[in-house]
Amino acid sequence: MSNEAFITLQRVSKHFGSVKALDGINLTFNKGEVHCLAGKNGCGKSTLFKVISGVHEPEKGAEIILGGKSFSRLNPQQSIEHGIQVIYQDLSLFPNLTVAENIAVQDHMAWTKGLVKQARLNTIAKAAMDKVGVVLPLTKRVEQLSIAECQLVAICRAMASDAKLVIMDEPTASLTRTEVNSLINVVADLKSKGVTVVFVSHKLDEVMEISDRITVIRDGRTIGTYPAEEMNSDELAFLMTGQRFEFSPLGEYQQQGEVKLEITNLTKKGQFNDINLQVRVGEIVAITGLLGSGRTELCLALFGMTQPDSGEIKVNGKPVKFRSNREAIAHGIGYVSEDRMSTGLVMEQTIQDNTTAAVLPRLKKSNGFLDHTKAKKLVKKLISSLSIKVADPMLPVTSLSGGNAQRISIAKWIAAEPDVLILDSPTVGVDVANKESIYQIAKDLAAKGMAIIMVSDEIPEVFYNSHRVVVMKDGRFSHDFHPASSSEQEIMEAVNA
Amino acid sequence: MDQVLNAMKLPTDRNIRYLLVILVGIFTIMAIASGDTFFSLANLQSMSSQMPLLGMLALAMAVCMLTGGINLSIIATTNACSLVMASILTISPDNGMVLLLALVAGLVTAIVIGLLNGALIAYVGVSPILATLGMMTLINGLNVLISGGSVISGFPESLLVLGNGSFFGVPMPLFLFIFFAIGLWGLLEHTSLGRTIYLMGSNEKATRFSGINTQKAVLYVYVISSILCWVAALIMMAKFNSAKAGYGESYLLIAILASVLGGINPDGGFGRIIGIGLALIVLQTLESGLNLLGVSSYLTMALWGGILILFIALQKRKA
Amino acid sequence: MPDQIRSHWGALVKRHEFYLAVLIGLIVIGLGMSSEDFFTLGNIFDMSVSSAILGIMACGLFVVLIAGGIDISFPATAAIAQYVMATYVLSIGGNFVIAFLIAAVVGIVLGLINAVLVYRLKVPAIIITISTLNLFFGLLIYFSNGEWLYGFPDWFMEGIELFTFIGSDGYDYGLSLPIITLVAVILFTSFLMSKTRLGRQIYAMGGNADAASRIGINLFGIHLFVYGYMGALAGIASVVQTQITQSVAPNSLMGFELTVLAAVVLGGTSMTGGKGTLMGVVLGVALLAIMKNGLTLLSVPSYWHTVVTGLIIVFSISMTALNEKKQALQGA
Repeated sequence: MSNEAFITLQRVSKHFGSVKALDGINLTFNKGEVHCLAGKNGCGKSTLFKVISGVHEPEKGAEIILGGKSFSRLNPQQSIEHGIQVIYQDLSLFPNLTVAENIAVQDHMAWTKGLVKQARLNTIAKAAMDKVGVVLPLTKRVEQLSIAECQLVAICRAMASDAKLVIMDEPTASLTRTEVNSLINVVADLKSKGVTVVFVSHKLDEVMEISDRITVIRDGRTIGTYPAEEMNSDELAFLMTGQRFEFSPLGEYQQQGEVKLEITNLTKKGQFNDINLQVRVGEIVAITGLLGSGRTELCLALFGMTQPDSGEIKVNGKPVKFRSNREAIAHGIGYVSEDRMSTGLVMEQTIQDNTTAAVLPRLKKSNGFLDHTKAKKLVKKLISSLSIKVADPMLPVTSLSGGNAQRISIAKWIAAEPDVLILDSPTVGVDVANKESIYQIAKDLAAKGMAIIMVSDEIPEVFYNSHRVVVMKDGRFSHDFHPASSSEQEIMEAVNA
Repeated sequence: MDQVLNAMKLPTDRNIRYLLVILVGIFTIMAIASGDTFFSLANLQSMSSQMPLLGMLALAMAVCMLTGGINLSIIATTNACSLVMASILTISPDNGMVLLLALVAGLVTAIVIGLLNGALIAYVGVSPILATLGMMTLINGLNVLISGGSVISGFPESLLVLGNGSFFGVPMPLFLFIFFAIGLWGLLEHTSLGRTIYLMGSNEKATRFSGINTQKAVLYVYVISSILCWVAALIMMAKFNSAKAGYGESYLLIAILASVLGGINPDGGFGRIIGIGLALIVLQTLESGLNLLGVSSYLTMALWGGILILFIALQKRKA
Repeated sequence: MPDQIRSHWGALVKRHEFYLAVLIGLIVIGLGMSSEDFFTLGNIFDMSVSSAILGIMACGLFVVLIAGGIDISFPATAAIAQYVMATYVLSIGGNFVIAFLIAAVVGIVLGLINAVLVYRLKVPAIIITISTLNLFFGLLIYFSNGEWLYGFPDWFMEGIELFTFIGSDGYDYGLSLPIITLVAVILFTSFLMSKTRLGRQIYAMGGNADAASRIGINLFGIHLFVYGYMGALAGIASVVQTQITQSVAPNSLMGFELTVLAAVVLGGTSMTGGKGTLMGVVLGVALLAIMKNGLTLLSVPSYWHTVVTGLIIVFSISMTALNEKKQALQGA
């Protein structure tokens, strides 16, 4: 690793509307180093990468020093010409094109190389796959691949060109330990060739295993850059959140209430296999595992969005078969989506409409029309009981911060008064202070008798906020922990095994 | 009144200001150019009897656009209803029972078409442009088939009164339009279907996740659209005293124009009935004015296209 | 070896084009059996000529749809291109190269207007192009007073004939201008979309415009190209039409846009962009042409033509949608 800078960013700021995504970023990536960017979701790293890759233009006063030249902004062409490759969190793949074409897509920009030849694309793709150490079906269209396979395609694409700086935004979210090891080897290989690798992951152990230096970003600002050897997880967590938290686990489940939800031998080919679970009144059960382990697929089946192939679901002791999510809701199951922006909330519509969306039939007057007074009262009650900061319920949800929007998403389901509430990744994109309050909401609901299933891939989150943690791996429940009598470390090892 | 004002304090508020400005502009120009004729009772009456037909079609288009869809088959549907009703009516024009039968038959035709459109979009999964395009072709063909391409005319006085009569001084067609416009407004603001339409228009998936039956809602929307076409058919029959396949084809663009001009966001989720009403007045006065000034109808056609583009550009500029 | 065949067959059967080809095959066999005039050389040539305009425009619309856009203003573009070209030829003369050139340039200019509006205004292209359709048509008919143009010079009337031969029925046959143009356009479009980088970039933009811009694809440039290409082909088709009918009527192409859209969509091209093959488009055009021809040969009253076309469109788009749904479920 040299001390020679590959790219330097100075005074980079960017805001969208009233939200300041980047606030005076100053950092340098050196040639041949592995640099980790540590920061929670929403800290601004996506915007930062888009500035580096030329998609976004930073505000006046910013300076980007690259290849000995100074730029006030980059465009995609320049960025790529300087050897910058970004693997975005959304992967940026073309679902309608084949794997080969996706990996080799940069070749389509080489105008002077004549006609497009399939053989050439295949060669490029194969070489990239060799570098990464994976084999993928070249002729399959990307939309037919699994999430893990898509992630590998994105990584291969970055390797296909002669990159000098590779930025990987959460590249290991759905990879198994073996695949992660392969990736770590790839990173080491790149480093030995003098390529700079910028790595973003919130799995702090991985981060420290391979990085040379770590830059912490919080709320769009650079907090500082530190050599990795001087860092530890706790210190890093503190820097990323700005707060120290004293956590204590929830403890054992005491109540011994009736079983609200019972799942027996639930199976759906290709998604989950032989799932057995019981959740009682007032119990919080957490399901954790890698992306692609089947967690969300299981939730969707419980919520009636999909139908399992075999096995049984019992709600309140009665066996049920949901043909749609409407039936699931009618039987008392609620589901707070993992992606509030696309499936959890209708962002452009009013807070009022969003909050009442699940209970519209219950807000009708006897003549069939909506009872606006009743609806407004309900929303007001929920807003205050969940301490949501709302200026005006008739404003669109986009006017709310991430944490408040997420609470509206939860409020919608609380309105439906479910017996079982599934929270899927409930604090993604939510800042720390709001995270705590959302955990408290879950605990309060449980205390009132709701059975809660919390799905998350943040181990501390599930460890401190549930009675039981179930680890899901490749569609099966592989481990069962009681936080009161085990450690975070144990769970982490089980997940990454 | 409060609710009316409230309805205006929304994203389309800017829109309404623009429209009012344009309206004032038109009135001023017309006052200078041919004040006597334009503001004459005859002209005002003529305008207020032409506008409702376009108005019903605009409503039929708008309700589909609110869900992020579009209904290219509104003209075909209108003609289908009018041909069905006309065929039955002319069997025995002065029979009250036959009149009732004809009305019911027309309504049933509309509902069937609406169900087919809705089913194609919601259950088969065809995109609204394609589904309504296909249906439009099919219905147009059936229209020509039923009527043999010729005009059916000779309607009883009881039907013609819908076109010529007045209700407390308000021309009947205008009355019908206002009635249904208010009805649609009531549906959108005060029923769960209305809330569903707005939610779906912005994000169908999230709406479905909330447990709302979006497929059934789509069905309802396209049936409502067709029923509005049925009313349009009644107005058309009464005005022209005839029915023919192929009437009013130029109205398709104008219906879309009125909707977008009125603030309906073509991507879905936004738009208020009041805006459409205002847009219709603007379009109608513009057309009348141009007509009076002797401007060729083809130039008017070009103007519609130009105005829509201009309006969209203005909207985006301020945003 | 059998395994390979089986997997190729499996992939083939899933494709929309396969079903379309089968459907066409069935109709062809049916028509061949019910009408002795169907399989004659004369009939096949007639069909090709009458579907040339449809085919040329379908190629243009195909490119636009792949890019994720849509254009229904092209009949107006064609009409204007036709008018300008005809005015020039009638007053100054020239040859086919000039005629095609003028028409194509006019078409490109009008197409570029569409491209700029669609890209800059960020409003659904269907609405923009409905507006330009009316704008263009209205202006054309206003300025031309709806006048017909005719009286073309001899060279225009004779067209171009290659490879003439005398058929068994004693008539002259050969590759005439419409057929040559159609084949040339199909070949060029196919080459463009599958072998050139520009073509692949168009597919990429149609599949994921965001990702496309991130790797440096010039979205605006592609918009300019695809709408310009559509305009150019509309112009070229208009020359062919003029040559066939030997006259220019300003509103003769009105309403054609939906037929062309139907042909492209019948062929399996997706309305959302990024998916579709030119083979499918050719099959779609063939289906519509054969159907129309068949209905005429079978003396089916013209009243039924639109009904049958409508039914086939509804049926075909339903099949495509259901197929896409099934594939989505399988891939998930």
